[in-house]
Amino acid sequence: MSSMVEKYRNNFLKEVEANVEEGEWVKMCMQCGVCAGSCPLGKHWDHPPQEIFMMIRAGKRDEVLTSDSMWMCTSCYNCIVRCPRELPITHIMHGLANYAKRLGLAPKAQPTAWFSQVFWDNMMKKGRVNELKLGLSLYFKDGFVSGIKESLKHQKLGMNMMKAKRMSPMELFGGHGVKNAGDLQKIIKKAQEIENARIESYGK
Amino acid sequence: MAKYEYSYYPGCSSQKGASGSNLQRSVDTMCEELDVKLNQIPDWNCCSASIGYGGGGVLPRMTLSARNIALSEQHNAGQDIVATCAACWLATKEASERFSHDSDLMADTNKALAEAGLKLENKTRIRHMVEVLIEDIGYEQIGSGVKKPLEGLKVAGYVGCQTNRPFGIDGESFENPMYLDKLVDTLGGESIKTYEKKVQCCGGALAFSEPVKSQEMIHGIIEAAYDNGADVIATPCPLCQANVEIYQDEINAKYGSKFNMPVVYYSQLIDVAYGRNAKDASLDGQVIKAKKLEEIAGK
Repeated sequence: MSSMVEKYRNNFLKEVEANVEEGEWVKMCMQCGVCAGSCPLGKHWDHPPQEIFMMIRAGKRDEVLTSDSMWMCTSCYNCIVRCPRELPITHIMHGLANYAKRLGLAPKAQPTAWFSQVFWDNMMKKGRVNELKLGLSLYFKDGFVSGIKESLKHQKLGMNMMKAKRMSPMELFGGHGVKNAGDLQKIIKKAQEIENARIESYGK
Repeated sequence: MAKYEYSYYPGCSSQKGASGSNLQRSVDTMCEELDVKLNQIPDWNCCSASIGYGGGGVLPRMTLSARNIALSEQHNAGQDIVATCAACWLATKEASERFSHDSDLMADTNKALAEAGLKLENKTRIRHMVEVLIEDIGYEQIGSGVKKPLEGLKVAGYVGCQTNRPFGIDGESFENPMYLDKLVDTLGGESIKTYEKKVQCCGGALAFSEPVKSQEMIHGIIEAAYDNGADVIATPCPLCQANVEIYQDEINAKYGSKFNMPVVYYSQLIDVAYGRNAKDASLDGQVIKAKKLEEIAGK
């Protein structure tokens, strides 16, 4: 890359390019805003994707990584298929969200940041999602009392699902899983170690 | 021997007692009728869907899919992997594409898989069941097996997001894919070509974490089906199905609506059109009964 171009690449852009999923695409954004207009939850973003991209280029590290915005992504992929520059916007949003959380900068009590971790932990325990426990952890996320209230509020929904045999109380006891969850956990632990080592080595 | 044979990745929601178990049962019936054999990938694991990114970075997530592909290559060698869940298909196909473009990622993934003695070749096609129906079997052949045409059944074809984007079905547009409508017409039903919420997002996993924002979108998806005179909404996606069907009471309470719109799978439409009974078509798995479809099945 020529030194002229290099001059305008600040440290945060370089950091994103190195450490964030598909981060090397950020500089390609031409600020047209089609992503913002295509997002089903667009009105709920403090900073729509094209703004996030410009903020990265402007070096606004804290504002970006502490933002609630990328947690609004529903993974509908509308922005990706419409982006005239074909940026993998959905993946960059996932990547920024993951990176912010990894650094402990994601906003506290952000419901999707919380849920995505609960989902991951739930799934990793036995290698497959336990839907019943996932649902209950959602209801009980703010403690026991509000958990009971939430459960009662959604009681009819739960009964409907059980009647349709699409929710099973048996999932509380064991439930579905892979044969050797330990082996799967070993594989994923190794993957995490490789990834962590790469990110930790950045800037060293 | 079955006419068509695939390696099958059912995914978590398709398991017994899970939210998409009705999809699985109706797909089993459909495959019986269409002479399709599905060989489940032994000991498959969750792909972490499109919400695992908060807990898992790129490499761990890609490795989850890599394990499934590797197991398929080991046990169901030479067979395409087929998924019925949109998120399963998307995650697996995306991982496979990344591995073929990124040799470093592939090498790191294989380092991780080696912990359990597995190796990824990544020579397997990853496909959606809809692709099998359209590309391998074809509308003509599907139509030739119809015993009870879905006469008079007005169907809002709700394709949703992840069966449609970013990969979608070959030859279809992202903005207005026609395959679900074509399938409905092939089965003798009436597709609603003006259904404007065909590819609208239902919130996906955010229906759990952001229920208010998601239910606003779901409200629009159901309202548009009513506006277009639909008897039923049909979808290929298990999360779309659940999200659009099961929160209708909560949505009615909030918006003062009186929604009671059944949401079924394309596979259930095929089962009924092929003359199978309501149970085989897993219509007993509806939270909102699909009465008109049950009537056709009971004829």
